[in-house]
This record gives sequence, structure tokens and C-alpha cells, in this order.
Amino acid sequence: MIFADEPEPGLPLPIRPGHVSPGRLERVLRAGAFTVTTELAPPDSADPEEVYRRARIFDGYVDAINATDGSGAHCHMSSVAVCALLTRVGYSPVMQISCRDRNRIAIQGEILGGAAMGVANILCLTGDGVQSGDHPQAKPVFDLDSISLLSIARVLRDEAHFESGRKLTAAPKIFIGAAENPFAPPLDWRPLRLAKKVAAGAQFVQTQYCFDVPRLRSFMARIDDLGLLDKVFVVVGVGPLGSAKTAQWMRTHVPGVHIPDSIVDRLSGAQNQRREGRDICVELIQQIRKIKGTSGVHVMAYRQEEAVAEVIDRCGVLAGRTPWYPDRDRSRQPKEAMQ
Amino acid sequence: MASLKRWSTRHANGLEALYRRFEAGFVALNPLWRRFGFERAEGPVVAVEQAAKGLLFDCRMCGQCALSATGMTCSMVCPKNLRNGPCGGVRQDGHCEVDPDMVCVWTEAWTGAQTMRDGVARICEAQPPLDWRLAGRSSWLAVARRAAGTN
Repeated sequence: MIFADEPEPGLPLPIRPGHVSPGRLERVLRAGAFTVTTELAPPDSADPEEVYRRARIFDGYVDAINATDGSGAHCHMSSVAVCALLTRVGYSPVMQISCRDRNRIAIQGEILGGAAMGVANILCLTGDGVQSGDHPQAKPVFDLDSISLLSIARVLRDEAHFESGRKLTAAPKIFIGAAENPFAPPLDWRPLRLAKKVAAGAQFVQTQYCFDVPRLRSFMARIDDLGLLDKVFVVVGVGPLGSAKTAQWMRTHVPGVHIPDSIVDRLSGAQNQRREGRDICVELIQQIRKIKGTSGVHVMAYRQEEAVAEVIDRCGVLAGRTPWYPDRDRSRQPKEAMQ
Repeated sequence: MASLKRWSTRHANGLEALYRRFEAGFVALNPLWRRFGFERAEGPVVAVEQAAKGLLFDCRMCGQCALSATGMTCSMVCPKNLRNGPCGGVRQDGHCEVDPDMVCVWTEAWTGAQTMRDGVARICEAQPPLDWRLAGRSSWLAVARRAAGTN
């Protein structure tokens, strides 16, 4: 979709009535379009061009790009810096904030700094433990947890003060997100835990990888019972698996990833496992889309970033629309403009 | 140690009822605490509190006890010090992401909460972030101080 007031790259969109942020992600979700987000693996580099190169791969297929914050407890370029680079050219980043590496003083400063540089979306995470990364000897901070982080972010935005009570002169206009893992125990608690996150301030959630549709279905049915579907947009995590070996590795080594045996078996029985992995991803997205209450998919394709375009094309969820990217409107006028 | 902790989780309801009575008694001693001096009482009370709660809950003395809102399972045992429920890394067998040999504190907490009268409602309440200045101090005296209006 093309908005009548599409932004100048680097400048915020006007905030519509009932919206909280000047960002495109909130617009697309509230407009009811099936949304596609993805994640950008920040480079092990100080070269901004590497960030842009990684972002361009997704041009025309995604509504927002998550900049991970030391994902898997590995050291990379910071999330706030990646976001600042992306907003300069008009991309719509989701700034991930993990509680693992910074205390509340640093985190609140970063939310203000991010917003000042045009970040309109944040994702509040607990963060993986340091043991899973390349610096297991580091001190885990965890001064906050994802829920206290959500409420601090909401207070910064809605009440314009720090956790200490000290006033802000301008509040950050941010769309606040959380992560959720409907596939990790205790399964019967997860929906209530989402309710707790929504009460704390979460307006959208991006879930962990979904490879188990029945489990997602019962989670969604339960959050519908809890009346959460009107209060939060659920964007379901998906991703192409490169091979049966990758799937095995992921389910043992990546915290929180649940891959049923049936998926691993299907991959290992395939002639072209890479192809099969993408087929599975397309099928999953098509099934997820039909579940009541799902607002989109978050495609995580680490080291297979070029697969995002293919998978999104094949599953047809964009229904003909082209999400904004820096050169999209250069050659055409916003004919299909919408509010 | 772990088995005693599990026993405490299974008897969360009884332990909480017991604690309620204990707390009422402890607060009733306020004239005594006041005369003795709340600050002076910290040392000896901390020693007793640490011994009792350490034994039953593997308590880490955060100084702002939330046991009754965490299914009588000390959430500070969680390697991420989470106060509001499990992270997304809980393994399929209910064990901890960081320490695979340990059952996730929050899996235990959820079991405990379900045995308690209002455990599920309490575990769904959001806990504020910790005040690290209180670490190592007595939660019991903090409750007494609040009741005495000296805090």
C-alpha cells in the first residue's frame, strides 16, 4: 500500500489519530494488511554499507526490519546504530532491546536516543543467556526483565518520565512490541504471560519460530478467549530451514526453538533439502495466515536472507502490494494512496 | 537441597498460609523491633531469614521477597533473575536454557502457583524491577517497617 503522506526518507510520518508512533509498521498493522517483518543480522563491522547491503536484500518484501541486539549473545554492531543508519534512508526498523547487556539507566537512554534518530518501533526482550554466545565469560546484567522493560518504555512514552520519576521534555513516540514463545513450556501459562505483557504495554508481538501449527492454533484460541486479539497484533515467527542438519542443530543449540520430528524427517527425506525447507516455510505461512488473530509473519532467515523474497512471493501474503523501500515510488505516483 | 525446594513448591499453599501467620506475628512484635531499632535488628534477622528461606527455597536474599506471587519458588534462582515469569528459552523438557541440568524456576513456580488459592492471579501480577539497594537485607523487617510506617 502507498500512503498519501509517504515519508521523505529520514523524516517521520505524521502520527494519525489513535496511533502512537510516526512509523510505517503501526500504519500497516492498523490498516489490517497482513504484515511482513524480517530481521537483519547486524554486521561484525564498522562499515555502514554492510548494513545497507543487508537491508536492500529485503526491498519490496517487508514492512519493517528488526535490528537484533546481540542476538544469541554474540557481539555485533549495536541495534541502535543499525536502526539509525536504516532510518536515514527511510527504512522502518524495529529496535530490539535486550535486558542482558545493559541496566535501566543505559536502556532508557537508548530508547530516547533511538526515537530521536527516527526509530518508531521497539521490541522488548529478556535476551539469551551469555552462555550461548561468543563471550560466555561476560557479566549478564538482567537489571530489568522483558515485562519491567515494557512498562518502563510505556511510561517513557505515555507519562513522559524516567523510572526514577524525573520528567522528560519530549516523550519518545514509539510503537511497543514484545516477543512471545507459544512453543516453550509451561504451555498453559504462555497465553496468560502474553496478557501480562499486553497489560505492561506490548502493542505487538513477534513470536519465536513456528514449526508447530497445532500448538500455535491452541495458543491463538486461548488468547482470543482472553480477549487479547483486540489489544495486540500477533506477528508469527517463521523461517526457512537450510537442511535437516541445521534443524537438528537449531533445536539443540538455539534457545527456545521447537522443531517437531515430523519437520526434521521431512527435510532429511528430501532430495533437495534447501528447497524443501523453503517449501515448508511457504506452507507454514499459508497455514498461519488462516488462523484467527494472526496479523503477519516475521521471517527470520539467518544466512539465507535472499530466501525471504522468494518465500514471501510464493506464499502470496502481500496480495499484490509492495511494501515501501527507498526507491519504490521514484517512478510512480501514489495512485492507490490510502489513509 | 533441590528435593527440599521441590517439596516447598508442592506444599506452596500450606507454606504460604504458614508464612501469613508468621508475618502477622512478626509485625505484632513491632514495639519490640522499634525499641531494639530496626537497623540494629537487620543483622540477626537477616541471619535467621537467610537460614530458613535458604533451606526451603534456596532464597537469594533480594530483600524484596515475592514468594507468594511466584508459587513459593524463589525467582532469583533464575540465572536471568527474572521476576515476571519464564523467558522464551525454556527447554521442551521444562529445564533451564542457561543450566540444562536445572528445572526452570518458572516451571516450578507455575506448578506451585496452581496449588495455591490465589496463586495464578498473583503470578499474573506484574512485579516492578528490583531495587538493588535492598539486596542482602531482610524482607521480613521491610514488611514490619512498612506496617510501622517507618519506611
